[in-house]
Amino acid sequence: MGWFKRLKEGIQTATKFKKETPDGLWHQCTKCKETSTYKEFKENYFKCIKCGHHERIGSHDYFDLIYDGKYDELFDDLISTDFLKFTDLTSYDERIEKAHRKTGLWDAISVASGKVNKKPLVTAAMDFSFIGGSMGSVVGEKIARSVDVCLRERSPLLIISKSGGARMMESAFSLMQMAKTSVKLTQLADAKIPYFSLMTDPTTGGVTASFAMLGDINFSEPNALIGFAGPRVIKETIKKDLPEGFQSAEYLLEHGFLDFIIDRSQLKERLVELMDFFG
Amino acid sequence: MVFLDFEKPLESLYEQLDKIKQVAEQGDVDVSATIQEIENKIKAKKKEIYTNLTGWQRVQLSRHPERPYTLYYISQICKKFIELHGDRNIGDDKAIVGGLAKINGDTLMIIGHQKGINTKMRQYRNFGMANPEGYRKALRLMKMAEKFGFPIVCFIDTPGAYPGIEAEERGQAEAIARNLFEMVKLRVPVICYIIGEGASGGALGIGVGDRVFMLENSWYSVISPENCSTILWRTWDYKEQAAEALKLTADHMLEFGLIDEIVKEPLGGAHTDPETMAKALKKHIKKELTALIEMTPEERISARIEKYSNMGHFTARPPETEIEPTVQEES
Repeated sequence: MGWFKRLKEGIQTATKFKKETPDGLWHQCTKCKETSTYKEFKENYFKCIKCGHHERIGSHDYFDLIYDGKYDELFDDLISTDFLKFTDLTSYDERIEKAHRKTGLWDAISVASGKVNKKPLVTAAMDFSFIGGSMGSVVGEKIARSVDVCLRERSPLLIISKSGGARMMESAFSLMQMAKTSVKLTQLADAKIPYFSLMTDPTTGGVTASFAMLGDINFSEPNALIGFAGPRVIKETIKKDLPEGFQSAEYLLEHGFLDFIIDRSQLKERLVELMDFFG
Repeated sequence: MVFLDFEKPLESLYEQLDKIKQVAEQGDVDVSATIQEIENKIKAKKKEIYTNLTGWQRVQLSRHPERPYTLYYISQICKKFIELHGDRNIGDDKAIVGGLAKINGDTLMIIGHQKGINTKMRQYRNFGMANPEGYRKALRLMKMAEKFGFPIVCFIDTPGAYPGIEAEERGQAEAIARNLFEMVKLRVPVICYIIGEGASGGALGIGVGDRVFMLENSWYSVISPENCSTILWRTWDYKEQAAEALKLTADHMLEFGLIDEIVKEPLGGAHTDPETMAKALKKHIKKELTALIEMTPEERISARIEKYSNMGHFTARPPETEIEPTVQEES
């Protein structure tokens, strides 16, 4: 019997992973813990150089990957208002401001317009770092306005989803964004303008149950979590362990909800191909 | 009778009333004056309780075990009803029912969530939580209604779409998304009533229409108060606060312009006088459909698009509110 007893369970991080490194120089894979220089990691499309794990990246990282050089950012002046005066542990206003300070963004989605292989494309990409990529009125409105731009310019639409679902702090208004975005997509469909929906890790809740699943082409990055209910909620409801790989992109492909899975390094190339097919 | 916690003052009054009525049956003592007095007290107490309900109390009423559900209303409202089953693919979901109905000689398609009326039936109906095949059955019936020009009436009453393994496997999210998309484009009139619980995507999945109404003691929200409390406060105990914060009552929803009208319930809730409630609903449905039928399908569809496109609250940021991002700050 040892002299010391471990009182807290689960402290098993090996010492070599505990080293503090300054931000911006090194990247440690969140999955396999492999360390690489940030430069190598970025050049590898923000994927782990060893296991290929796709790290979560922000809207502007995607814009840089997709567009031929420059792009215009649209509607970036839209911000949420605390219309309901929603207060839990902190007020909604404070949450927004905190999220802004952390990310430099004003809401969980950014819209860009530019050229991909010399052809126009409008992209609305979500940021998980802004209140869990949650969908409130601003997300809904930016998608609605993106659709309007696509209708006007006859440009295809790409939405890159990355969201925990609807934003509770806007209650029914956030719920109605599901209807609003779906309604706007019917206009795009009627005009026969293609809509590509890229689901990235994670895409759940009200976002999956509205615009994310409504693409003419639904596709995803490898191993992304995609679902309606979150895994924890399901586990609590059914009181059973979830099967291996449940709600992964591969699982959704197998069950018929995705057209294909694409490695991030091939994203631009695949978009160019798709835009060529749809003309 | 089942009394909710905030209805307890009524329970003792009703007990007194019962006792006095028993006395009246046994002897020759004239107690009519006392009965009258107690009935007046009950009336006054009811008014006091039900005119100032909190959000959480409305949630409790919407879940009252005696509250009427879709099939009850159908049985009261329609001369004839044939239930139609199945999504033609996986099976028949018991949490959403639907079928052909006759009201005043006109054929309608009525679709709604259905909860069970006792323990066994509650399980059979999966507590009103539909699986993807429920939403797909609903869509099949709506498409049929569109084909034959039957107006559609939806009754919404669900604690949410079912979060289970099979539901995910069969595409719960896709089924709901598809319904939102398709309901916008239906060429026939669509009216929706929240008759009890309107929780999140599971409610909206059959809730996009020309007009959306709420019964007085129903609620509509992106999440149930309990789940909201669990996520934001990390415990169920703040459900009352969550119910207030979510502003989920019919009054709020009307004030926000997210619904079109509130349908009044009998004092004390729909369950205290279900027949009157059903009559009021029937009258309301007739009135609304008569107005909608006047419009052309194109007018209705473009009005629907307009209505949903305008939902949301945001503002344009004035340039001076620019705050320098401090990226290093701890999250």
